[in-house]
Amino acid sequence: MRTSSSRRGRRAAIAAVAVVVTGTTLLTGCGSDDDNGGKGGQSTEKITLRIGTFGSFGYDNKTGAKLYAEYERLHPNIKIEESNVSDGQKYWDTLKLRLGQNSGVADIQAVEVGYIAEATGTTMANKWVDLSKEGGSKIDAFLDWKVKQATTGDGKVIALGTDIGPMAICYNKDLFAKAKLPTDRDAVGKLWAGDWAKFIATGEKYKAAAPAGTSFHDSASGLFNAVVSSDPVQYANTSGELDWENSPGVKNAWDTAVKAAQGGLTAKLRQFDEKGSWNAAFKNSKFATVACPSWMTGIIKDQAGPANQGKWDIAAPPVAGNWGGSFLAVPKAGKHTKEAAELAAWLTAPEQHAKVFAVNGNIPSSKDTLTSSAVQEAKLPYFGDTPVGKIFSSAAAGITPAAISRYDGQVKTFLTDNGILDIEQRGTDPAKAWENVKKLVDDKIDH
Amino acid sequence: MATSVRAKPDGSPPPAAPPSSPGPRGRRSSSGGWRSTLYRWDIKAIPYVFVAPFFLTFAAFGLFPLIYTGWLSLHRVELGGDPTWKGLENYTDLATSEFFWNALVNTFTIGVISTVPQLLMALGLAHLLNYKLRGRGFLRVAILAPYATSIAAATLVFAQLFNTDYGMINGFLGWFGFDPVNWESSKWPAQIAISVIVTWRWTGYNALIYLAAMQAVPQDLYEAASLDGASRWRQFVSVTIPSIRPTILFTIIVSTIGATQLFGEPMLFGGSVGISGGSGNQFQTLSLLMYEKGWVTGALGQASAIAWVMLLLLLIVGGVQALVSRHNRKKLGG
Repeated sequence: MRTSSSRRGRRAAIAAVAVVVTGTTLLTGCGSDDDNGGKGGQSTEKITLRIGTFGSFGYDNKTGAKLYAEYERLHPNIKIEESNVSDGQKYWDTLKLRLGQNSGVADIQAVEVGYIAEATGTTMANKWVDLSKEGGSKIDAFLDWKVKQATTGDGKVIALGTDIGPMAICYNKDLFAKAKLPTDRDAVGKLWAGDWAKFIATGEKYKAAAPAGTSFHDSASGLFNAVVSSDPVQYANTSGELDWENSPGVKNAWDTAVKAAQGGLTAKLRQFDEKGSWNAAFKNSKFATVACPSWMTGIIKDQAGPANQGKWDIAAPPVAGNWGGSFLAVPKAGKHTKEAAELAAWLTAPEQHAKVFAVNGNIPSSKDTLTSSAVQEAKLPYFGDTPVGKIFSSAAAGITPAAISRYDGQVKTFLTDNGILDIEQRGTDPAKAWENVKKLVDDKIDH
Repeated sequence: MATSVRAKPDGSPPPAAPPSSPGPRGRRSSSGGWRSTLYRWDIKAIPYVFVAPFFLTFAAFGLFPLIYTGWLSLHRVELGGDPTWKGLENYTDLATSEFFWNALVNTFTIGVISTVPQLLMALGLAHLLNYKLRGRGFLRVAILAPYATSIAAATLVFAQLFNTDYGMINGFLGWFGFDPVNWESSKWPAQIAISVIVTWRWTGYNALIYLAAMQAVPQDLYEAASLDGASRWRQFVSVTIPSIRPTILFTIIVSTIGATQLFGEPMLFGGSVGISGGSGNQFQTLSLLMYEKGWVTGALGQASAIAWVMLLLLLIVGGVQALVSRHNRKKLGG
C-alpha cells in the first residue's frame, strides 16, 4: 500500500508539474515574430509588405485605384497586404502603442495631418525612416508646406504626402433659391468672398427668408473648424508650441462660431455624430451650407442620397483653408524598411496621386498633379457637373500653411465638443465656455 | 485499508518510516528517502499545485497590472515615451481638479438614482414571483432577458427612444402637453436617462438573486405568520426582508461596485461626445474620465491615478460592508 500511495504521489507530482509548466507557458506564450530576411534582404527574395491605413486611401484593388496590383506586377517578388481601420483616432492610438513597444507595426503606416506634429515631435521623431534619404522619393514634387509639416527639428522628412484637404463651401441650391439668395456658384462665392463675417451676414439674410425648419449652416463647431483652418495662425505659435489662447485665428473662429450659434444660424448638430442626426439632416435638407474639404463631397453624396442629386453645389470659400489630408511613413521597427521606403515613394509619386484622384477624388499633394489637366478638368456628376478639380485646386493654391503643435487635435476637440457645442446646445455663456475650455486644456493635457 | 497511510487529523504528515540501515551501496535508503519525500510532497504541495493555475493567471492578469498601474500613477507617461518621475503630483492634481470632483459627484448621483429604484423594484418583483402563479417559469426567464442583451445594443435603442427631436419618449410627453425634454444636453434628464438604462438591465438579475434567497426561507414561518393574521405585506416586511438581509447586503455591494465602474452606458448614450460625458461633462463618470485621460489626451499617469482612486473607493465600500455584516451577526447573536 505504501508503494501504491507513493506511486500515486509521483503521478500526481508529475501531473502537477505539467500543470504548472503549461500554466506558465500559457502565460508567457506571446508569439514572437520570426524575423525572416532581416532588414531588407536581396531584391529577388519573396517578401510581403504590410501597409496600415485608416479611412479611405484609394489604393486597394477592390474599390481603389488598384495600385497594389500594379506594384506587384512591377515587382514580382513583393506582395502587399493592407490592413485598414475606419476610425482614425483609434488607428493612431494603436499605432502609438505599437511604436512604443517597437513591435507589431506595419512596414508602412499612414499618418493623419492632425497627428503629424506628434509624429515629428521629440518622443517619436527617431522611430521613423528618413524618407529624404531612403526610397528615392522626389521631395521637391510635393507642396512645400506639406513637406514642412512632416519634417522633424533636425531636418529629417519622416513621411510623404498623400492627399490634402482644401476647403470650399457646399451649399443646397434649393434652399438658397427659397431664401431668395443667388444659386449660381460664382455669385454665391461672391456673397462672402474674402471674409467670414460676410458669411455670417449671408446667414442672417438666409434666416430672414428661409423655409421653416431649416438652418443656414450645419454646425457651429464645423464652422469653427473651417474658420480656424483658413487662418495662418492656428493653435500653435511659430515655434510649434501650443499657444491657442493668444491665437488670433482661434479667437476669430470662436467669435464667428459663437455668433452663428447665438444668432440661430446653425442646425445645432455635431458633425460625424455617431447617432446619425447629422447624416439624417443631409437627407432631409435641414441646412443650407456646410464647410466642404475635398473629402466631404463623398460624404454628402452618400448621405444626401440619389433623391437629392443636383441639389447641392460647391462655391469658393470666404478664405481658403486646409482641413485634413494624410501622409505615409515608414517605421524603423518594420521588417523591410528599404523596400517599404521604395513602395511609399512610389505610392506618393505624382502619377499615382493622379490615379487615386481619378478614382477616389483625393486632392493630391504634389504641385504638378494639382495643375495637371486631369485634376483641373475633373467634374462631379452628383453636384451637377461642378468643376471640383478647379475649385479645390484653386483653394489649395490659396492655402497659407500654419504652424502645428502636437496637441492641436486635442485642443480642437475641447474647443468644439466642450466649448462651442455647449454654447450651441445648452445656451452656455460664451465667456464661461471659453474659461471652461481653458480649464479642460490645463487639466487634461499632460504637458 | 487500515494500512493505507493518512495524514493525522491535525494535518501534520505521518511520521516517516524509520530509516533503514544503509545497504552496501546505500541505494535502498536513498530510494526510501525519495519515496518519503515524494510522499510528503503529495500531502503538502499538491493542493497548492491544484490551485496554482488560478493564482498564476491572477498574478499575471490581476496583480501585476494592479501594481504596475500604481507605479505608473507616480509618473508622467505617454504612449511610446519613457515615464518620468512625478511622485504624488498626479494625485494632488486630481484633488484640485474640478473635473475629477464633477466626475466623482456624477458617479455618485447616477449610482444612487440607478441603484436604489433598481433594488427596490427587484425586491418587489422577486416577492411576486415567489408566489404560485401561472407561467411562473416563463416570467422568471423573462425578467432575466435584459441582462442577457448586450449593453451596446440596449443603449443604442434607449438613445433613440430618448432622442430630443424625434424620440418616442418626448413624443409621448408631447401628447400630455409637456415640452420636449433635452434628454442629452441637460444634466438631470441625461443622468436619469442613463439610470433608466442601468435599471432596465440589472433589475431582473437582482430579482433572481432575491428570489433564490426567498426560496430558502422556511415555509412554516409564513404559515405561522398567516395564522397570526398577518397580511401579505406584513409577511413581506416582517418575515421575508429580515430573512434575506445578507443577500440584500450582497446585492447592494455588487451594485455599488457596478455603479462606481459605470462606463458603457454613458459613453454610448452620449454618442460622439460620450467620452467627455456630454458637451459640458454633465454625465461624465470616473471611468469615462479615466478613459479620456488615458486614451484621448494620452496622460496615462493621470489615468492610472484615477484607477487607483477608484480602487480605494471600492475598498472603503468593502470595509463598510464588512463592518455592517459583522454588526448584523452580533445583533443576531451569531
